[in-house]
Amino acid sequence: MKRREETVRVVRLETGYQSKNKATVITRDINASLYSGELTCLLGPNGAGKSTLLKTLTAFLPPLGGEIYIEHKALGDYSDAELSKVIGVVLTEKLTLNNMTVEELVGMGRSPYTGFWGRMGDHDRQIVEDSIELVGIGNLKGRMIHTLSDGERQKVMIAKALAQETPIIFLDEPTAFLDYPSKVEIMQLLQRLAREKGKTVFLSTHDLELALQIADKVWLLDKPHGVTIGTPEDLAIDGEMCKYFHREGVVFDRESGLFQISHKIDKMIRLIGDGARYNMVKKALARQGIDASGNNPGETVIEVKDNGYRINGSEVSSIGALLDIVNDLLSTE
Amino acid sequence: MNRSVRILLMLLLVASIIVFLVLNLLLGSVEIPAGDVIDILLGNKSDNRIWTNIVIKSRLPQSLTAMMAGAGLAVSGLLMQTVFRNPLAGPSVLGISSGASLGVACVVLLSGSVGGVALSKLGVIGEVTITLSAVIGSLLIMALIAFVAQKVRGNVTLLIMGVMIGYIANAIIGVLKFFSAEEDIRAYVIWGLGSFSRVSGGQTWVFIILMLVILPSAFFLIKTLNLLLLGDAYARNLGLDIKRARLLVIGCSGVLVAVVTAYCGPIVFLGLAVPHICRGLFHTSNHATILPASLLGGASLALLCNLIARLPGFEGALPVNSVTALVGAPVVMWVLFNKRKSEV
Repeated sequence: MKRREETVRVVRLETGYQSKNKATVITRDINASLYSGELTCLLGPNGAGKSTLLKTLTAFLPPLGGEIYIEHKALGDYSDAELSKVIGVVLTEKLTLNNMTVEELVGMGRSPYTGFWGRMGDHDRQIVEDSIELVGIGNLKGRMIHTLSDGERQKVMIAKALAQETPIIFLDEPTAFLDYPSKVEIMQLLQRLAREKGKTVFLSTHDLELALQIADKVWLLDKPHGVTIGTPEDLAIDGEMCKYFHREGVVFDRESGLFQISHKIDKMIRLIGDGARYNMVKKALARQGIDASGNNPGETVIEVKDNGYRINGSEVSSIGALLDIVNDLLSTE
Repeated sequence: MNRSVRILLMLLLVASIIVFLVLNLLLGSVEIPAGDVIDILLGNKSDNRIWTNIVIKSRLPQSLTAMMAGAGLAVSGLLMQTVFRNPLAGPSVLGISSGASLGVACVVLLSGSVGGVALSKLGVIGEVTITLSAVIGSLLIMALIAFVAQKVRGNVTLLIMGVMIGYIANAIIGVLKFFSAEEDIRAYVIWGLGSFSRVSGGQTWVFIILMLVILPSAFFLIKTLNLLLLGDAYARNLGLDIKRARLLVIGCSGVLVAVVTAYCGPIVFLGLAVPHICRGLFHTSNHATILPASLLGGASLALLCNLIARLPGFEGALPVNSVTALVGAPVVMWVLFNKRKSEV
């Protein structure tokens, strides 16, 4: 693994939109850095300015104030051509592209390096090949872009960014519109790229759970609080997470450092046993608003057996059947 | 699609151009034996002066004009479709051909009522004037569009602006028509029908040389066009100067339309249809393939349309615009239907 280096630094950055005679500031006073070999996630509710910040960092939008340094050089000093070799992007917008193969699209990533006619040399072709392999879509090489699933397409765009050979990759919600396994796959892929290739990976996402498990650093963006930065664990210990995402029905479990749905508990039942089955019964009962534990008082007792569950003398084999009996009992009480 | 198939298809397009070109030279309302046509083309003296005249002064320039105009319109349409990322874009969308019409309308319609001379009666001078006014009209509109392109961000906005400018141009033409003499209106309407044989003599060669200069310049834009396919944001991230690229592509496309419209009148449909047909044939959006393909396809289809318009029985009276639409539209529909099947 390459040495960890500061690749992006923002100082007193102010982002927003500049229209004719009025500037709309969205976020102000951001001071932060990104490092090579790290995966950083930008989290925050809708409208907090995640996209605006990303657009400002990629020079699609001019900053309203403050400075951005990319590899120790001010962003404003880069020409479009120079920047194309330093920052690669993957955007949310869905490509409306027909009749282009995966290989051709990834090849577009070589544009900053190819000459006037855009012809690729052997070296370029090798890099395209490697990028495709690295992302794990070798089997899709000859496929047309418009026949791919959302997840596959996202991987193609990541391969494009790899072919661009930029030390920094910015991604705007790369996991949006994907099913859960694909989300995990994309995140793991990005983490691997950061680790193995020493890339600086910065992405915005709404997938809290995933981000907190995979990100090296988290930027929490919120209108009233501004930006808070740290490892997910530090932010959890500081209580910052609770502050940002506190909602009715959601609790931040400081033990696991993850979010959990909180259930309103208003009943109790006695549960005896241990192991995975015990925990599952406890979880299922919690969903019904029932607290289950060995210490709880009460006449009704659920026993977890090796091959089933025993409640008030009757044996059942599934938790579903168990819940039916529990519900019957509770409604007659 | 692999390389050899692609090359084969290209060769087929070239072959179709040659076949249609030969047929254009051989067939016509006057029957001339094939041997004599070849003799005349080779420069051998023919006993029949009328035949020589027909082949050298009518069929040959008309065929070459059709070829060049078709190629120009197809390339222009392709550029428009790419830069606006809109499959319905064509040479006429930005109002550039309306600009040409406006230029011609101003000259043709006003010359009679204001200048007191009916331009339609002036022969060659009249022809040159019409050509020049079309070029000036379309270039003015193009300059306006280019100016707007620097000011507005979105492509859709620009597209709508172009369509609106087209409406304004057409409205002005309507007003001009209202105040014009019937004779001049007739001359204008005939110009508007489009024709590959309107220009005569030396002017044909001027047109062909102009096209031979402008058409290759489109090839310099291949990389730019491919990047534009990805959308503005991705293209910019890959180092493309979007505003400059837009200006170059619209400029190239606009000049092509301006010149073709000036010499042949507004020819509809070819520019819209040919790129679709070629994408259907070659299964690619890569401009390194689709640009030369559109150029060849446009030339071929224009020759075919010209041939049909001159089939014995029509006696050259059929307007080219009716033929281009009648021939091209079903082809495009067929291509689209086929594409659906393979995509599902």
